[in-house]
Amino acid sequence: MASESVKKVSAQKNNMARPLINFLTQLVKVREFALVAMIILIAVGLELYTGRFFTTVNLNAISLGFSTSAVIVFGMTMALVSGGFDLSVGSVFALGGVVTASALRADIPIPLAILAGLSVGLLAGLTNGLLITKVKINPFITTLGMMGIARGASLAVTKGTTLAGLPPEFFVYGQNKTFDLFNLIIIAFFIIIVGDVLMRRASAFRQIYYVGGNEEAARLSGINIDRVKIAVYTMSGIFAALAGILSVSRFTVADPGAGTGEELRIIAACIIGGCSLQGGRGTVIGGLFGLIFVGLINNGMILLRVPVYWQQLSMGIVLLLAVGFDTLSQRWQLRPRVRQSS
Amino acid sequence: MTSLLTASNITKQFPGTLALDNVQLDLQAGEIHAVIGENGAGKSTLMKILAGVISADSGQIHLNGEPINPTTPGEALALGIATVHQELSLIPTLTVAENIFPGRLPTNRFGMVRYGELFKRAQSILSKLNVAVDPRASVEKLSIANQQLVEIAKAISSDCKILILDEPTSALTDHEADQLLAFLKRLAQDGVSIVYISHKLKEIFMTANRVTILRDGKFVGTHQVSEIKPDDVIRMMVGRELGNIYPDKGKETGVTLLEVQDLRLPETRVSNSFHLLEGEILGFAGLIGSGRSELAHALFGAAPKLSGTIRLHGQEVHIHSPKQAIKLGIGYLTEDRKQAGLFLEMSLKQNVSATVLNKVSQAGFVKPERERQLAREYVQRLSVSTSSIEQEVRRLSGGNQQKILLSKWLAIQPRILIVDEPTRGIDVGAKKEIHHLLRSLCEKGVGVIIISSELPEILGMCDRVLVMHEGAIIAEYSGREATEENIIRSASNH
Repeated sequence: MASESVKKVSAQKNNMARPLINFLTQLVKVREFALVAMIILIAVGLELYTGRFFTTVNLNAISLGFSTSAVIVFGMTMALVSGGFDLSVGSVFALGGVVTASALRADIPIPLAILAGLSVGLLAGLTNGLLITKVKINPFITTLGMMGIARGASLAVTKGTTLAGLPPEFFVYGQNKTFDLFNLIIIAFFIIIVGDVLMRRASAFRQIYYVGGNEEAARLSGINIDRVKIAVYTMSGIFAALAGILSVSRFTVADPGAGTGEELRIIAACIIGGCSLQGGRGTVIGGLFGLIFVGLINNGMILLRVPVYWQQLSMGIVLLLAVGFDTLSQRWQLRPRVRQSS
Repeated sequence: MTSLLTASNITKQFPGTLALDNVQLDLQAGEIHAVIGENGAGKSTLMKILAGVISADSGQIHLNGEPINPTTPGEALALGIATVHQELSLIPTLTVAENIFPGRLPTNRFGMVRYGELFKRAQSILSKLNVAVDPRASVEKLSIANQQLVEIAKAISSDCKILILDEPTSALTDHEADQLLAFLKRLAQDGVSIVYISHKLKEIFMTANRVTILRDGKFVGTHQVSEIKPDDVIRMMVGRELGNIYPDKGKETGVTLLEVQDLRLPETRVSNSFHLLEGEILGFAGLIGSGRSELAHALFGAAPKLSGTIRLHGQEVHIHSPKQAIKLGIGYLTEDRKQAGLFLEMSLKQNVSATVLNKVSQAGFVKPERERQLAREYVQRLSVSTSSIEQEVRRLSGGNQQKILLSKWLAIQPRILIVDEPTRGIDVGAKKEIHHLLRSLCEKGVGVIIISSELPEILGMCDRVLVMHEGAIIAEYSGREATEENIIRSASNH
């Protein structure tokens, strides 16, 4: 057995072509690769069919459309990788926006108003984390409860109306451009890239994968599971609130009903992007690709003038197809191994 | 007497091990037939074949002279063979009656359950068995002993002729066990044949008519209990060549590395003290459930302790979490490789680095090259057979998985390494490699604690052996004094 493994190692080193081939086969196996290929296919298909896809207007509209969602994707990816999920992001999204808008209307300076919005997100997330780890309510119930609380709070604060009349300086984040690119897109892109690098490389974030991969093994490996989970849900809350604040900046009004159903759209995008509900698996960039994929299909249907009512139905089908294919292909990959060992 | 069931020439091969090699079993009507043997002797495999859970590679089973070949538990049940497995299979939130008749609930013509009828039937079975349990009670409110009885009631509710019990008393107190055994005797008098697997000699000699002894997957003999003595049974269970799979014993330095004093766990009445020398391999022997892993968990900070002091090199330390234990250089290799040890879906590389993320990181970021280097180092040192360090661990064989789990703990460069069933379910080659590796650690001054249910491993590896029984260390043997006979005797408190 010893000589066998040594042989394998040396064979790998000697053959220079092997790494490249390995890299390519690995690449094809990666979920992101398949997604990007599909995205390009759909984009080219739409361009050929409509001739209106690769226009600055359309591309900008698509990108702006999912920018705020992309901000939430980072937090949701963390929650999914840790083995849970966060149903409260849609409501916290609204609450963050509403709190910041109320603060602005009370003539609080813009940075402090934003901070207030983020703090509320932090508080909601921290509460989720504490309930999940210390009281041991499961993530579904905990974040479902928070979903109701945050939504109710936004409605209560605004008495159900949208808040307008915000200072125009606040709109730079959502509406202005830098180097011909919308600030909002730049911010979202920045968060996605930083988030992806952190999840891949930072040792603190690596712990989330261990916790989601096998909680008991992570505990016995010296990882403080509670701390990891609390941090995850807190960050998820903060990013949801941030997305809400950016959304207010883009639309100039704070709507207490904003982000309804957003949590399920984001979870679907992350799952399509390779996250597993069992935890331990998934990347931030994958979540973004999932979002783009779903966004493109929606955009395509608009370009193709498919009635809006069909869009939700197609989203459901896309989710089931994507996850179904992935599960099946994994089972096929494993099958010969199972036969060998039994 | 006539044979009710005979199994002959049963052979079953698992990857890496021959679990059963031409084994036979002869069961007569109305007898209690004990099957005994060490861990890995093949008892459970044989029972699973009779119960239709797995099928034999070769061999015949006859019931009343007719050849049978149950391939599912349902088929076995239809033939009148019911099994109570070691793990209880009751649904805790349902009532006793619902648990006794799952899938066979009496219904009216609209498909609705007739609860009155259900409870009446359950009551009649329970009173037939003389079990004082309310059929309307929910199972989670019952004691473990009563749950065990419900499980048996469920098994015999199908009018079985043969009842197979796999270590039914392992979770019971002595008093509860006595009740269960008396109950089994009544059942046998009613004509049910009972196959009874146990480690506990005392119980076998109290209850069984005959005993079949298995060793290393081979049939050793079947004897009338009245005609033999416990010592004969022990001798038949053991008596094997240890071979050279164990390295030479070392010389410990005599320097005390770890001192545990009056360590008491919550909900126990006993406290334990022991010590570990530098370069020593200390064995913890005992039956499954005797409290060895629980003690290790408490020492490692993975479970709370009630009281007691732990000294490392004479200095008192406080360990409240695995993290603190790891910082002090204590590693704990779990007995449950898949549930509590490995990150199965993650790469081999990431499994190795799980305990030492800070060592392969710089300024908070994992250095990919350092992480790969670490994994390569251990893959080579433990000769793990894998195509790549990026391979998912679930795709490795059991032996290679175990080596990866061990690598995770070697990576912390432990001063004390606790290994819990370090070679369970792996092939002989990997076993030998792990044994030699543990000994070579000791030669560098590491203190190793081995918890094992395989006596040959305890005897082959350990410089000193502690035996636990019901949560307490009840005997200590030096490497020279330790024999399978006296360890078994201590472990079963015989």
